[in-house]
Amino acid sequence: MADMVETTASGERSATAQSIRIGFLLAGLAALAVAPLFLYPVFLMKLLCFALFACAFNLLIGYTGLLSFGHAAFFGGAAYFTAHAVKEWHLTPELGILVGVLGAALLGLVIGFFAIRRQGIYFAMITLALAQMFYFFCLQAEFTKGEDGIQGVPRGHFLGLLDLSTSTNMYYFTLAVFLVGLLVIWRFVNSPFGMILKSIRENEQRAVSLGYSVQYYKLGAFVMSAALAGLAGGTKALVFQFATLTDVTWQMSGEVILMTLLGGIGTLIGPVFGAGLVVTLQHYLATSDFPVTIVTGVVFMACVLLFRRGLVGEFYASRLGRRLGFAYRR
Amino acid sequence: MSARGLSMSFGAFSAVRNVDLDVHHARVHALIGPNGAGKTTVFNLLTKFLTPTGGTITFMGTDITRLPPDRVARMGLVRSFQISAVFPHLTVLDNVRVALQRPNGLATQFWRPLSALDSLNERADRLIAAVGLSEARNAMAADLSYGRKRVLEIATTLALDPKVLLLDEPMAGMGGEDVAVVAGIIRNVARDRAVLMVEHNLKVVADICDHVTVLQRGEILAEGDYRTVSEDPRVRAAYMGTEEA
Ligand SMILES: Nc1ncnc2c1ncn2[C@@H]1O[C@H](COP(=O)(O)OP(=O)(O)OP(=O)(O)O)[C@@H](O)[C@H]1O
Ligand SMILES: [Mg+2]
Repeated sequence: MADMVETTASGERSATAQSIRIGFLLAGLAALAVAPLFLYPVFLMKLLCFALFACAFNLLIGYTGLLSFGHAAFFGGAAYFTAHAVKEWHLTPELGILVGVLGAALLGLVIGFFAIRRQGIYFAMITLALAQMFYFFCLQAEFTKGEDGIQGVPRGHFLGLLDLSTSTNMYYFTLAVFLVGLLVIWRFVNSPFGMILKSIRENEQRAVSLGYSVQYYKLGAFVMSAALAGLAGGTKALVFQFATLTDVTWQMSGEVILMTLLGGIGTLIGPVFGAGLVVTLQHYLATSDFPVTIVTGVVFMACVLLFRRGLVGEFYASRLGRRLGFAYRR
Repeated sequence: MSARGLSMSFGAFSAVRNVDLDVHHARVHALIGPNGAGKTTVFNLLTKFLTPTGGTITFMGTDITRLPPDRVARMGLVRSFQISAVFPHLTVLDNVRVALQRPNGLATQFWRPLSALDSLNERADRLIAAVGLSEARNAMAADLSYGRKRVLEIATTLALDPKVLLLDEPMAGMGGEDVAVVAGIIRNVARDRAVLMVEHNLKVVADICDHVTVLQRGEILAEGDYRTVSEDPRVRAAYMGTEEA
């Protein structure tokens, strides 16, 4: 894992570095806690949902080396599942999100099953093709309400107690979901299973020769990534109180790739910054005369040319980053 | 383990033709031959990294001709690679622990912390000590010298406690001292398992191998103990001018 690895630096120095890293973490948490006092909560919630989505995507490309071009299916699919569950079945928000997560995981199992046998561009093409099939399913199916989408989704009461209809409550609920999601990713990456994933990425042939059925490990990572993308999508459906076709399009799959690349593949926190940048750009450009796609395109180009490792990746690899004990390996 | 009529063609080119091979317990068996003779291909066939176009392979009474490579490895037929295969950005300790994880049921837990793997440290350290890498325990595998990467690979292979060990040129590129150390390790591990190794260094072959098979252009040229094989005029002819005969 690239984040928070202890270095070989001498004791005192690395102790200082560690306290600085912990300081960063606490400052980040504090900023998230007070952010709604300064910024528009719906904007922040959107940002958190996309940040979690990008982190889920990064779990696959950054830690397994698989480039999926179909992650919108899990994100947008879960949004539909959650919206349907809370609106039609009158489930509480946490159960509604659970339905979204399980639905996305199941979808991930099916798409992953067909895709993981292939590598590189073929893997990307199969995930794209299957995600497009899911898009057409959503377009045709009854419960998704076609072009209109599922509207007027009630946010309900968390655990039947906390009213989520106020944006402050909803913000902290979303923040909690986001942090839980990150914690799950962190644990997954730093676990015995994560160790095997890492070894597969390092030398797949050798992992096979040690008796590992690499396909199952890759499928496991794929399903986990899909489930977490679903967590983000389901939460987003509650935030905006609707689920539409936009979230299952291939453009959405492309956008999450963009966010992850911008922030830094294979760093736990990079995609959060990448998502932040893209969502912010979209937010402010939406009201200006600039065409959003062209500007994000230019920013993307500039970043790829200037920061090959992504924003956070470059920071980790810089002298300062390394002195603080961050490590960037690709 | 035994193979009968093993054949492999890449398109029109037949790299291995009709090879019979028997590997026995507690014996070091050498597979030698000039460059391009098909030795690595035979290894790939036996460990199922390639599926033979002809012939059968049986391992402990089971036909493994159609099994996938990871299954074969789990049965106890484990290989090393000609081009050293370590996990470069893992430490020496982690390289060995990865090999130990599956046999010890610690490979699929995605909810447990990495410290769960500390229970493997004792065994890992013993393997690391056995190949003389103790002081490099926490070094990145990528930073090791070539010879040390090779012995690390042997340590990870041994971690699986294989029944048959296939080593593809384990001593290639090593200095004289290291060669002696690795030769000792191989002799030692062969006491209770079978070893099949590809080796170009004929002195090593003479010293530690009980049985030699000579391969040339995909076919078996000669077989027997080192003395018999080395006196065979066809083998001498094959090696003349091409290898360190
Ligand atoms: N995947 C492949 N496709 C086509 N030809 C191959 C393939 N693998 C090996 N060969 C050919 O098969 C022949 C045998 O190769 P192999 O690697 O088994 O030789 P080797 O005996 O291990 O040689 P060396 O001593 O150089 O390692 C060579 O002529 C090689 O070019
Ligand atoms: Mg070879």
